[in-house]
Amino acid sequence: MAPLALDEAGRARPASGTLREAPAPAVAGVVARGLEKTFATPQGAVRAVRGVDLLIARGETVALLGPNGAGKSTTIDLLLGLGRPDAGAVTVFGDSPARAVAAGRVAAMLQTGELIRDLSVREFVGLAAALYPAALDVDQVLATTGLTGLAGQRTQKLSGGERQRTRFAAALVSGAALLVLDEPTVGMDVESRHAFWTTIRAAAAAGTTVLFATHYLDEADAYADRVVLMSAGRVVADGPSTEIKARVGRKVIKATLPDGGDADLRALPGVAAVERHGEAVALSCGDSDAAIRALLDARPDARDIEIAGAGLEQAFLELTGESRPADRIDTPVAAGRPKERA
Amino acid sequence: MSALAYTRYELLRTLRSKRFFVMSLGFPLAIYFLIAAPNRNVTDLAGTGISAPTYYMIGLASFGTMAAILSSGTRIAGERAVGWNRQLRVTPLRTRDYFRAKVVSAYLMAGLTIGLLYLSGTLLGVRLSVGEWLHMTELLLIGLIPLAALGILCGHWLTTDAVGPAMGGLTATLAFVSGAWYPLGHGLLNTIAQGLPSYWLVQASHAALGAGGWPAKGWLVVAAWSVGLSLLAAHAYRNDTKRV
Repeated sequence: MAPLALDEAGRARPASGTLREAPAPAVAGVVARGLEKTFATPQGAVRAVRGVDLLIARGETVALLGPNGAGKSTTIDLLLGLGRPDAGAVTVFGDSPARAVAAGRVAAMLQTGELIRDLSVREFVGLAAALYPAALDVDQVLATTGLTGLAGQRTQKLSGGERQRTRFAAALVSGAALLVLDEPTVGMDVESRHAFWTTIRAAAAAGTTVLFATHYLDEADAYADRVVLMSAGRVVADGPSTEIKARVGRKVIKATLPDGGDADLRALPGVAAVERHGEAVALSCGDSDAAIRALLDARPDARDIEIAGAGLEQAFLELTGESRPADRIDTPVAAGRPKERA
Repeated sequence: MSALAYTRYELLRTLRSKRFFVMSLGFPLAIYFLIAAPNRNVTDLAGTGISAPTYYMIGLASFGTMAAILSSGTRIAGERAVGWNRQLRVTPLRTRDYFRAKVVSAYLMAGLTIGLLYLSGTLLGVRLSVGEWLHMTELLLIGLIPLAALGILCGHWLTTDAVGPAMGGLTATLAFVSGAWYPLGHGLLNTIAQGLPSYWLVQASHAALGAGGWPAKGWLVVAAWSVGLSLLAAHAYRNDTKRV
């Protein structure tokens, strides 16, 4: 769990000084400690971020995963210096976010960032390149992102997926050491998405540090070295996606069952939770073998039976679900993070 | 380097925007020919001692340049609405370079408006000495400073829905009460107008041709508005980091 990261980071710095004063360890990419942010809204104060600790090593690719409203975008704002945390501190490559940004070491693809109009795709990417000291070659980036054919097109005439690719090209062309991507593949078709991740992998292989927020679980699973799961403004799990899945390693039995009696189902051996939508029931099982035998004995009228592995999606729902308060979830997963020991 | 590049792209975008050509160039030019051409032989317009073509040339140059300068506000509001300001804040572009790009391109557009109106004025028989042309232009450009700050301020205060009508209304109202369409009398309106920066913009011709420059009051009004509005604009920018 996150406090562990805090301890490890703590050991790497002099015991006396605060984080702001002490030089961060050479390996540190992004270090966030105890971040809190509350917004005043007409409905009252919203505590968007409630004590987030995050450590991203240089060259690491980390996914920030969570449902809408989990605090992902606010956390990213704080990491980029777009917002000031109410409590806690951030360093990026050992410097303040503002200074890392000013030095051109950070490029971001924000969720709400749209393209400005009246420029061609090539000009837009060229504009981004002109702002960064170590920018990459514009034509090469256009080719990498599959935009060469659209280079002359005006930005206001692009489709959603094309706009998204242009935004990505503008972030990539920066040559920045840290890429922060907030839901980068929203609106992209399957092919663009594949090309996008190929490019990100190449950048990561070349040493770029990548942080991306997503709610596409397969993406976090497939492309991140580590998954940081957020819910209700907190980090609820932090570790390799395989370990998150292993931790929750449950299976789901789905069946058609006409009437109620769900309490009896819940009492079956191996069953942890029961969900019913009309006649369809889903049994979340710790031991699906025991559960299926008991179910068939108890309910011979069960039809259309399916048993499926839970996958990250299920792990995600379990970890962020309302049934358990997020702050009480204990994840042994985090103990296995190898990079933070470095 | 990045600052220069940003200014270049900003200019490119402004030149491609239809709104600029209609509001800042086309409209004032059309009105100028409509009003001034029939009155081209009026040598002393309403006791100002200035010929109608000259008076309207500068009146419409004030209107067109005001529209050009204030349009930076419309552009800023539009860029805020699509999150471009937030995006720029995570690039190495410095705040002052962003504003410089906005102000420089707005001024260049204003320069284009002035140039075309001068040309039109010459076609309608306006003849001035080199010194008078230069002095008039200098006062116009200085008089635009508070309006440039006002544009930036409104761009950060207003939403993209509100900024269009606000800028259009502001330009028309300021132009009207400042005498861009017709010389003001000596009533209450005139007294009020003298406290506005736009009044002195319109008076650039008057001052350049007759009185040898703005009186101290004119400089004071323009300077006070410049300082006040610049401070407010800088404050508005600093506080404007939220997602819209």
